[in-house]
Amino acid sequence: MDYKKKTILLALISFSLCLLYIFYDLTGNIDYILPRRVIKVVAIILTGGAIAFSTTIFMTITNNRILTPSIMGLDSLYLLIQTVIIFSFGSRSLVMMNSNVNYVVSIVIMAVFSLVFFRLLFKGENNNIYFLLLIGMILGTFFSSFTSFMQVLIDPNEFMVAQDKMFASINNVNTNLVYLSIILIIGISIYFLRFLKYLDVLALGKDHATNLGVPYEYVVKRLLIIVAILISIATALIGPITFLGLLAVNIAFEFLKTYRHSYLILGSVFISIIALIGGQFIVEKIFTFETTLSVIINFVGGVYFIYLLLKENRSW
Amino acid sequence: MVNIKSVFKSYNNKKVIDDVSLTIEKGKITSFIGPNGAGKSTLISMVSRLITQDEGSIHIEGSDVKSVKDQDMAKKISILKQSNVMNVKLTIRELVSFGRFPHTQGRLKDEDWKKVDEAISYMELENMEHKYLDQLSGGQRQRAYIAMVLAQDTEYILLDEPLNNLDMRHSVQIMQTLRRLVDELGKTIVIVIHDINFASCYSDEIVALKDGRIVKHGPTCDVIDECVLKDIYDMDISIKNIDDQKICVYF
Repeated sequence: MDYKKKTILLALISFSLCLLYIFYDLTGNIDYILPRRVIKVVAIILTGGAIAFSTTIFMTITNNRILTPSIMGLDSLYLLIQTVIIFSFGSRSLVMMNSNVNYVVSIVIMAVFSLVFFRLLFKGENNNIYFLLLIGMILGTFFSSFTSFMQVLIDPNEFMVAQDKMFASINNVNTNLVYLSIILIIGISIYFLRFLKYLDVLALGKDHATNLGVPYEYVVKRLLIIVAILISIATALIGPITFLGLLAVNIAFEFLKTYRHSYLILGSVFISIIALIGGQFIVEKIFTFETTLSVIINFVGGVYFIYLLLKENRSW
Repeated sequence: MVNIKSVFKSYNNKKVIDDVSLTIEKGKITSFIGPNGAGKSTLISMVSRLITQDEGSIHIEGSDVKSVKDQDMAKKISILKQSNVMNVKLTIRELVSFGRFPHTQGRLKDEDWKKVDEAISYMELENMEHKYLDQLSGGQRQRAYIAMVLAQDTEYILLDEPLNNLDMRHSVQIMQTLRRLVDELGKTIVIVIHDINFASCYSDEIVALKDGRIVKHGPTCDVIDECVLKDIYDMDISIKNIDDQKICVYF
């Protein structure tokens, strides 16, 4: 079976899982349940798609298969934003209660942060991508320490609200946000298309890419911004869940066994949709909401990560 | 013709290239020789715009390497560095097909595949073209990379130690191939090379570098000279004429 057929297979599986999720045990008030389920599925497709898409790009730029965009500290920044809002305005403030406002505020802050961050780092001559990651990592750690510091200070009831934000959940996703995200993601995907052809070459590394006529810095800068915006959208929509990217993209690499990014991206998007819908199905039907989606994803992802480390270790 | 004009480059305040001016002639093989750390690789990396010079200018046929569009530059000049580590699983044929990227932007037509096949057969890799790069020996991989550069089909070809990892037969074969590319197709080739005997037997011009400066530049017969070589390498090297070739004996 070649990579094209495998991609179609993945598409079919994710499509049927979506249908299963929507129509499984559809009893009671259908007019209420059906639209809610559809909206959840759309939210899952958006988030899963955005995360897999951005992680594939990120891994290609960094030429590394165990780095995910979370290393840039965007997840921690999101939690920091939420905690700061609760800390200074309380959980009943407009920004916290109205998810539209919260969503826009979070996305804007994360996007501006990444823009400023890249601007500053790409200014100098030696704009090594690993230096960028190192700074991102340090900032990420700083953000999460600062977050826990503030969480210790706030009222325990407020802390419950903050904690709720720490885990990805699609149980109460807001319909308006889903529409907004669809528009944003479609816009970004169209912008991305002009860079698609460069990705295969970028995977060969900086020197080869430059030799083959890729305007390296120009392309990488823009791709990083695309990654940052996609991650911001996904995080603001359902919460921090970038770990999923590691899982989805690596399985796509292993399964498709190709270097062609048009297929790798599609494959990883489908895999992450399968993982999310499957995970959500398990959360709802087996654990009956006793646990959250990100717990399951992180558990499976963690096991796979250890497997990856062991496997890489052996191949040396 | 490549014109390098008073170029400087330093890493962390250490001068690697110190006021180098040089003209590389068209249709010739020019070899860069010199001890480790002389700045040979840095110089050809700057010509191929992998790194940028601190000062000075580099022109290829009158156009500044910094200002020309990357894609157009990649149709004119290609470079192969000495270490090529890749995280992508590719077969030889897939790798070589990447050489067509500047011309096709990833959409290869029949004539591009023909060039790919030509490059593969030039490097005698036909019988293993579907093997993955990580299943190859160092020398086979090196030949696959050279094939990719050949498929790129540029007028100027820069190679940083192309004979790395190669046995004698393949070293000679590659040098003969390069000679043919110059003599038959009129390409301009610049190589960084450590084995001065290969430089002596196959190149038209030699540029000798030491401590970031050009010590000597001229036709091969002028540079392969006992005094000049002693100056470059700080060791006595005697030169013998064998079959009309100047062979350096330094063992």
